[in-house]
Amino acid sequence: MSKHVKTLIQGNIKATAMTTACKECQTSCQSACKTSCTVGNQVCQNSK
Amino acid sequence: MHIFTFQDMTLVLDTSSGSLLEVDELAGKIISLLPQHTVEAIRETLASGYGQTELDEALAEVFKLVEEGNLNGGLPSEPVLEIEVPQVKALCLHVAHDCNLRCKYCFAGTGDFGGGRTLMDEATGKAAIDFLLRSSGTRKHLEVDFFGGEPLLNFDLVKSLTAYGEEQASKFSKIIRFTLTTNGTLLGEDETRYLNDKKMALVLSLDGRPDVNDRMRPFDGNVGSYTPVKEALLRFVQARSGQNYYIRGTFTAHNLDFSEDVKHMYELGFREISVEPVVGGAGETYTLTTDHLDTLRAEYDKLASFYLERQQAGEPFNFFHFNMATYDGPCFGKRVSGCGAGFDYVAVTPDGEIYPCHQFVGNPRFIMGDVFTGIRDNTLSHEFRQANLYKKPECMACWAKFFCSGGCHANALHTSGTLLKPDQLSCELQKKRVECALGITAAKLRSGR
Ligand code: SF4
Ligand code: SF4
Repeated sequence: MSKHVKTLIQGNIKATAMTTACKECQTSCQSACKTSCTVGNQVCQNSK
Repeated sequence: MHIFTFQDMTLVLDTSSGSLLEVDELAGKIISLLPQHTVEAIRETLASGYGQTELDEALAEVFKLVEEGNLNGGLPSEPVLEIEVPQVKALCLHVAHDCNLRCKYCFAGTGDFGGGRTLMDEATGKAAIDFLLRSSGTRKHLEVDFFGGEPLLNFDLVKSLTAYGEEQASKFSKIIRFTLTTNGTLLGEDETRYLNDKKMALVLSLDGRPDVNDRMRPFDGNVGSYTPVKEALLRFVQARSGQNYYIRGTFTAHNLDFSEDVKHMYELGFREISVEPVVGGAGETYTLTTDHLDTLRAEYDKLASFYLERQQAGEPFNFFHFNMATYDGPCFGKRVSGCGAGFDYVAVTPDGEIYPCHQFVGNPRFIMGDVFTGIRDNTLSHEFRQANLYKKPECMACWAKFFCSGGCHANALHTSGTLLKPDQLSCELQKKRVECALGITAAKLRSGR
């Protein structure tokens, strides 16, 4: 049991680094902002 | 790696894995020494302040994460993103270059994008849909956003293109997801019924408190739009049982306390909210500058507290930028290629001209082709595609890169004259939003929500 460090989230960046983007997920500027680019809140279509 | 505090927590984002850690003071110190120091050097530096057992324990925990690749690892190499011909999967369809509001900050020049007030005709609209289906290659999920100006000024076309798009998409075994961005002034009974029947996602514009909204979003003759718009939006959102919409506001130098505007919209009853910093307008009284940064950062913190407080009270709302998809977020290729303007995503004007995105419309240098003959040459597309995260020195040095994906090309070009150098003010705000989103995720995990 860790006392000093707690992993809250295990990131998926390395795990997906070798895959080719299928681009089936939503385009970032089509969602709500139309002025800025944030991909962090786009959900992967394949995980739905 | 990025170490930051959120409320009473110290958090670490490991940039290259995307992992989020909560650390105590000692582990935080160890992690901040990691990049330039060996274990021995770290032990020596911290030996005077901590007992040996405690130090050993903490070092072991930290180095276990390093070995597992969840801390201080190398960046994945640049993915191969280049393909010969762009596969366009999303259109911003400007069905009306005309608007019935006269918003002071409108990047579209109050609707006409500097090119005269025009509506798209049916032949052009259908050609745009055909262009999308033809250009989308192997991609199955496509998107069309009805945009303007004010798209409901051309509501008949919205209806006929939705029908045409559905029919054509099914022939090609594809799915088009339609969305519409509107100022809400024309949402009458017919419009509401139709948009709800079609389950179309809507982005509805309102800036918040009455005086804030009316100062920037008047009708012609400087008549405020707050009251009629608020009423129309409330009716509309209620008619769709509060689903599938975003209320989208803009904040400017006139409402640096924008968290109050979000609260106001929450109190009105809206639960899906997004507010964005105003774009451009250098030298205007409403323009945001780096002098405003401290105030704006504090405002995001206030908003994050309000967000968590509402959640704990059992009456949560969504704030677009705080909804970080931390578990099922996009793949690496998407994190590197960003918004896709100019290759995945293009904008189409009422005349059928194709631009890299809605923010470039009206600037002739950026015309890529038209929907009748297609993209004329791929130079611009190539230029946008190659401007990925790995080509931007500022981004490569930035901890937020895989959540931000390199910022807005249009902002970069406006402020620094090149796609490869992001707009600094946008970056600072982006980083603050990512911190808040990660902090909120951490707080939710802690409280088990
Ligand atoms: S915040 Fe700025 S520097 Fe960081 S990744 Fe985004 S655009 Fe690049
Ligand atoms: S360039 Fe900017 S406005 Fe255009 S699609 Fe990209 S992020 Fe959105």
